[in-house]
Amino acid sequence: MGDAPWRIGIDVGGTNTDAVVLDSDDRLLSRVKTSTTEDVSSGVVTALRLVIRGLNSPVSNIGHVMLGTTHATNAILQRKDLYRVAMVRIGGPATRSIPPLAGWPDDIRSSITCGEAVIDGGVEMTGEPLVPLDEGAARAFLGSVAGQAEAVAIAGVFSPVVADQELRVEQIAREEIGEIPISLSHEIGSLGLLERENACVLNATLTGVARRVVDGLTSAIAANGITAKAYVAQNDGTLMGLDYVRRYPVLTIGSGPTNSMRGATYLAGLMDALVIDVGGTSTDIGIISNGFPRESATAVEVGGVRTNFRMPDLVSVAIGGGTVIADDSTGLRLGPESVGYRILDEALVFGGSTPTLTDAAVAGSRADFLGGPDQLKESADLLLRALTRSDLTVSEAVDRAKVSRKELPLIAVGGGSILIPDNIPGVSEVIRPDHYDVANAIGAAIASVSGEIDRVYKLGAGGRDEAVSDAFTTAKHEAVKAGADPNGVEIVDIEEVPLAYLTEPVIRIRVKAAGALKP
Amino acid sequence: MQITLESLPAIALGCTVMAGGGGGDPRIGHLMAEEAIRVLGPVDVYQLDDLEPDDLLLPCGMIGAPTVMVEKFPNGGEGRAIRDVYEQIYGREVKAVMPFEMGGINGVLPIAWAAHAGLPMVDGDFMGRAFPELQMLTPHLFGMSGCPAVITDERLQTIVYRTMDNEWLEKLARNSVATFGGSACGGLYPMTAAEARLPIIPGTVSLAEKLGRAVRSDRDDPLQAISEVIPVFRLGVGKVTDVERRTSGGFVRGFASIEGINQDKGTVFRLEFQNENLVVLKGDELLATVPDVITLLDYHTAHGIVTEGIRYGQRVLIVAFPSPEAWTTPEGIAVVGPRAFGYDFDYVGVETRYG
Repeated sequence: MGDAPWRIGIDVGGTNTDAVVLDSDDRLLSRVKTSTTEDVSSGVVTALRLVIRGLNSPVSNIGHVMLGTTHATNAILQRKDLYRVAMVRIGGPATRSIPPLAGWPDDIRSSITCGEAVIDGGVEMTGEPLVPLDEGAARAFLGSVAGQAEAVAIAGVFSPVVADQELRVEQIAREEIGEIPISLSHEIGSLGLLERENACVLNATLTGVARRVVDGLTSAIAANGITAKAYVAQNDGTLMGLDYVRRYPVLTIGSGPTNSMRGATYLAGLMDALVIDVGGTSTDIGIISNGFPRESATAVEVGGVRTNFRMPDLVSVAIGGGTVIADDSTGLRLGPESVGYRILDEALVFGGSTPTLTDAAVAGSRADFLGGPDQLKESADLLLRALTRSDLTVSEAVDRAKVSRKELPLIAVGGGSILIPDNIPGVSEVIRPDHYDVANAIGAAIASVSGEIDRVYKLGAGGRDEAVSDAFTTAKHEAVKAGADPNGVEIVDIEEVPLAYLTEPVIRIRVKAAGALKP
Repeated sequence: MQITLESLPAIALGCTVMAGGGGGDPRIGHLMAEEAIRVLGPVDVYQLDDLEPDDLLLPCGMIGAPTVMVEKFPNGGEGRAIRDVYEQIYGREVKAVMPFEMGGINGVLPIAWAAHAGLPMVDGDFMGRAFPELQMLTPHLFGMSGCPAVITDERLQTIVYRTMDNEWLEKLARNSVATFGGSACGGLYPMTAAEARLPIIPGTVSLAEKLGRAVRSDRDDPLQAISEVIPVFRLGVGKVTDVERRTSGGFVRGFASIEGINQDKGTVFRLEFQNENLVVLKGDELLATVPDVITLLDYHTAHGIVTEGIRYGQRVLIVAFPSPEAWTTPEGIAVVGPRAFGYDFDYVGVETRYG
């Protein structure tokens, strides 16, 4: 099985579940689009069955199955299947001014938590202890929640710098509660205690969902007679093995946009580009550098909870193929309403009575397969004005997504990408690849494995170079730990931010390394 | 006036507008104050006249890197710890807390401490904006000493400083803060209400609230709403096309290039900063300098942008507020004018240039 070369990529989106099969040279052998099902898993089973049926070869050729899924996001948004979490913050006497889970929406808080404690401990940014860890307090709290807690979340001040205390409290939790899932913040988020702590609690509460995803995927694979190794896509465009998914389910949130961006750059054969993914209701624009999506530096909200885990930095605008065009006393308006999946009944080109941006694209001769602009003569003025407005919104959003003045190619994917004009300021060319509508499943199939660190360095005698080199080594080591082939691991992203108002130079360095899967 | 859960967000937002790019993101201070008010109730705000001349004031704030505070945020009892030391030193009660810097995180942190210490807060401060060093406070201009100064950390360890001058206080305090782990809390320039009359920049707490409310009230033209609260000069509108930062002497110096958009299309602005925004130019033409408060406002929301947060592609309004009067005297200019930050030109206020 180890040398079986083909890969299946599956992407579960809000509307569709797509699957593709790629051969050892990443050629597309089979593709299928099915509807996403309420329970998510049965849609995955169907997609897998259909995409295999499209092959003329035995399934023994398939070595890897990669899944990108919205299970975790849905569970949080619907407050469903969540584990009850006991939360320990290691940070007293610092941090007592803001309690854990401050600012959470009441309903999600009450459906998740079974108690929080702030115990003395934590470290400085240099790694020296703030105060000794209060093991007694940890033991007392964890003992008191044994029997109620289904999972534990542990977050310590500056644990991304030194994680020993989180590991020690994990051990105490095992002794007091036994074998339940335990999430450690330093493995999940970067600096910013409140956001990392939130992500850690979300992770802990999702471990039940993760178990079901893993079991569901494993049995779907077995049911189709495949003996491949399975992976799940994370939000940074890289893969986790199933044992990792059980531990870090929160990292699967947001993998959809990432997969479509990675798939797009693969389809276009580029490593540095802008990607625009146009759906029915909205458009996401992101930037790929060195083959990976640029990540957001600011906090991301999930179900009303602020987190800082790794998400692609996207600019989103309410423009899509189904966006409704209105023109009344207040002037021309685009959306945010969309006819969504009803586009086949409601859009003008399909004989309906609602002007949409798809109509505008046809009127502007960007899409000719629907009969052309002639049938839209009556509304031509309105539609063309709407198209001009849409172009303006798109080009402004494209520019906001860029990180430098340099011109970049733009890859257009998604069902609504016919809207996108060929000329956009700051864009060297607009590329429209084949199979643009299954870019996300392809993104899952071609994903690699990564490791990342985010750490504050006090610059010593070795200066910046020593700090950066240490960061590189650690990030590469993380990537290999996650399953990358040690021979091909490369640094794909580095970010340095000097800290202000201190006496000596201190910088925060974020580095990501990535490489192909170990065969 | 009272600071409540309702008025707090406006004050925090106002602090981003008044900061001139410095003082850090108020978010952690905002969350602390929110929690303190939720548990302990609203904080009363007094004018100086509401106090007895002899009442002892506690000017306070955080010192160090606001970025460290997103990980290691305060205990909450720091204000109480500093008060206790002063009461020991002076042998009498502290009657009110006062923010020493009404900009960035320091505009909101003292609200939390006032709630924890059960004290009212004075409507005024010693900067009227954000500045990077401890001698850049108005009492320094009047020959007043920052000492006895008290620095404490989240472990509530305290150090009392009695230095020969305020420059020494800055040097020694900055080193202690590094040892404390990069951020700490301090009380400086303790004085009575009568003594505070001379250096205080009055009304800055209520001003922050008014600015915050103005920004939120008119989403279409927040600048117009701001101008109804205080004089503001619109220097330009543009898009950030380049940012460069480097550390030197514990400060982050750098610049941002901003390409004009809309009515400013075709021009290029250059904003130079050292933690705070220092000068802004249009081509070779100097538009504004410290101590006038130069702030980049987000083009869409009018929230103030801290210098650490300037990013390529941001749409920004470049605005300047006239400096508080205390900084435009010869003594003030010597401490915080353009030459104090290494520039070879003199201060000309935005009101003189464009008024």
